[in-house]
Amino acid sequence: MSMDVRAIPGGPADASRPPRPLVEFWYHFRRNKGAVAGLAVILIIATVAVLAPWIAPHDPLVQNRAAILQPPVWHDGGSWSYVLGTDDIGRDILSRVIHGARLSMLVGLIVVTLSLAVGLTLGMVSGFFGGVVDVAIMRLIDIMLAMPSLLLAVVVAAILGPGLFNAMLSVAIVVVPHYARLIRAAVLAEVSKDYVIASRVAGAGPLRLMLVTILPNCMAPLIVQATLGFSTAILDAAALGFLGLGAQPPTPEWGTMLASSLQFLQRAPWVVTWPGVAILVTVLAFNLLGDGLRDALDPKLKR
Amino acid sequence: MPPPPRCGAAAIRLPFPIPYPPMLRFLLTRAGLVVPTFLGITVLAFFLIRLVPGDPIEVRVGERGIAPERLAELRHAMGLDQPLWKQYADYLGNVLTGDFGVSLVTRNAVIDEFLSLFPATIELAAAAILFAVVVGLPAGVLAAVRRGSVVDHTVMGLSLTGYSMPIFWWGLLLILLFSVNLGWTPVSGRLDLLYYVEPETGFMLIDTLLAGDTDAFRSALRHLVLPAVVLGTIPLAVIARMTRSAMLEVLGEDYIRTARAKGLREKRVIGLHALRNALIPVVTVIGLQAGTLLGGAILTETIFSWPGIGKWLVESINRRDYPALQGGILLIATTVIAVNLLVDLLYGVLNPRIRHAR
Repeated sequence: MSMDVRAIPGGPADASRPPRPLVEFWYHFRRNKGAVAGLAVILIIATVAVLAPWIAPHDPLVQNRAAILQPPVWHDGGSWSYVLGTDDIGRDILSRVIHGARLSMLVGLIVVTLSLAVGLTLGMVSGFFGGVVDVAIMRLIDIMLAMPSLLLAVVVAAILGPGLFNAMLSVAIVVVPHYARLIRAAVLAEVSKDYVIASRVAGAGPLRLMLVTILPNCMAPLIVQATLGFSTAILDAAALGFLGLGAQPPTPEWGTMLASSLQFLQRAPWVVTWPGVAILVTVLAFNLLGDGLRDALDPKLKR
Repeated sequence: MPPPPRCGAAAIRLPFPIPYPPMLRFLLTRAGLVVPTFLGITVLAFFLIRLVPGDPIEVRVGERGIAPERLAELRHAMGLDQPLWKQYADYLGNVLTGDFGVSLVTRNAVIDEFLSLFPATIELAAAAILFAVVVGLPAGVLAAVRRGSVVDHTVMGLSLTGYSMPIFWWGLLLILLFSVNLGWTPVSGRLDLLYYVEPETGFMLIDTLLAGDTDAFRSALRHLVLPAVVLGTIPLAVIARMTRSAMLEVLGEDYIRTARAKGLREKRVIGLHALRNALIPVVTVIGLQAGTLLGGAILTETIFSWPGIGKWLVESINRRDYPALQGGILLIATTVIAVNLLVDLLYGVLNPRIRHAR
């Protein structure tokens, strides 16, 4: 327990001044090895996603008739030119998985941004104004939460029509209630505190109170939820792709890749293995990071 | 600074007498909350389907085209020329009398199709949650008791992996291993074609037993194992994590220290005093898995060709059978609401703190 007593490294020598928030955050965060590993994996995947066209050994869409269902390099008949093997029309699986990282990160980013923007607005308004507005918004959210989220996403995607963008939209709609509830709870906890009342007395309008005074104090749960939101978004978008409601072939989206390789499950298991591994590793990394962030940002668990 | 408000006897005294016994009051209030939610779901189901691009009749007629007079006639017959609120009122009236529309493809009543397929999904979901509880509960308790040990880290690592699992891929891996490579379990369906069992209850395990056919029962069981494991994976992870944190919380309580101080054996302290109190939040979490199970059934049933409502919904989407889709989502959401209500009521019965709270 000597760790807890020791002064936080990087903090100023003068003990009367608190350490800078980022330094303090990193101090708590890095003690969680799983979270650090998750962060490292995410950084690697993000780099791969950005550099995909340059590091992928092949074009993800180019078919090679001479190398159909070729096994990975460590199997008999595998070759170094197709490290993870090829699919049923001779496309390089490694290149497709690498380009899939691009789509999955993009899906996560767009879904989280969209749902966060809408959820933040609804939750803020609901928590800040209360009354009829609050009741109306919360009823709507209860209704959405009564539907299994994947079912709702499937139905919305079916109505909007298949496609990657519609899949992102439906997943984003489905997760809005979670953000709205979270923000509302955080706002309710802050709104009657002295500093908010002081700001109100000083003449701050509702917009300033909401965005400048209250919002910064609600950031911790939001950051955690947004991180976990990446994993939900990637998982659900892949599930929609798998059901044929997401990205359409030949797009190298991980769920879509799994769906179109189903019939080769017995003959060429590697076609099925790698997209799934990619989904699992990415989702796991975001969940690890989210858990670590929660521990590091939640003041109740901090000490 | 004013002194902090004191909690204690003063806080419990109510300014007015409660007209009903607290338990009844709790049950009525909680049950009453379901009504607006249900109405909201009907609005959602009604308008979601209206969002489908194109006129429902023209969509149905497709490429063939239709004469304008005939179109107007059909629109009138289906009530599509009525104002929207009237259409919704009619829809709600139909739903409340058990009329959920007619499937475009099979021409059967949606409610009949749903009810004939629902037992298969319930059987699968029940087996999945059984698997999740039987494995997850002891795993969570073990992790909490051995906090910080290798066992704890393993259980938590595995459960986070399970929680992150794309179950459609997990199902394929298990099929590859157990069905294709080892040949232990069948790849799809509920029963070998060799057997025929008269559907009495719709639950294959019960029907085969009623028919007294043990071979068929074994076949049904072998068909059930893999899909149940796949569908139960995420609930298993959730239950293990929840049990662990609930146990950790309870193990720090004074009454546990008292039980130990009395000289009770550790097994009794953990198994009786701690677990019973830790179970309260765990039961709620188990109940909340109803939504996860019905959502996950869409993927699991598609992979294993399990003839339940999940597979039926996906097929309805692919066939553009919108009445079936509309009825299906309404019925599934109603089921989830009902299960959540039951769990909440059960929670109130189990936990006196909730029962007596205002």
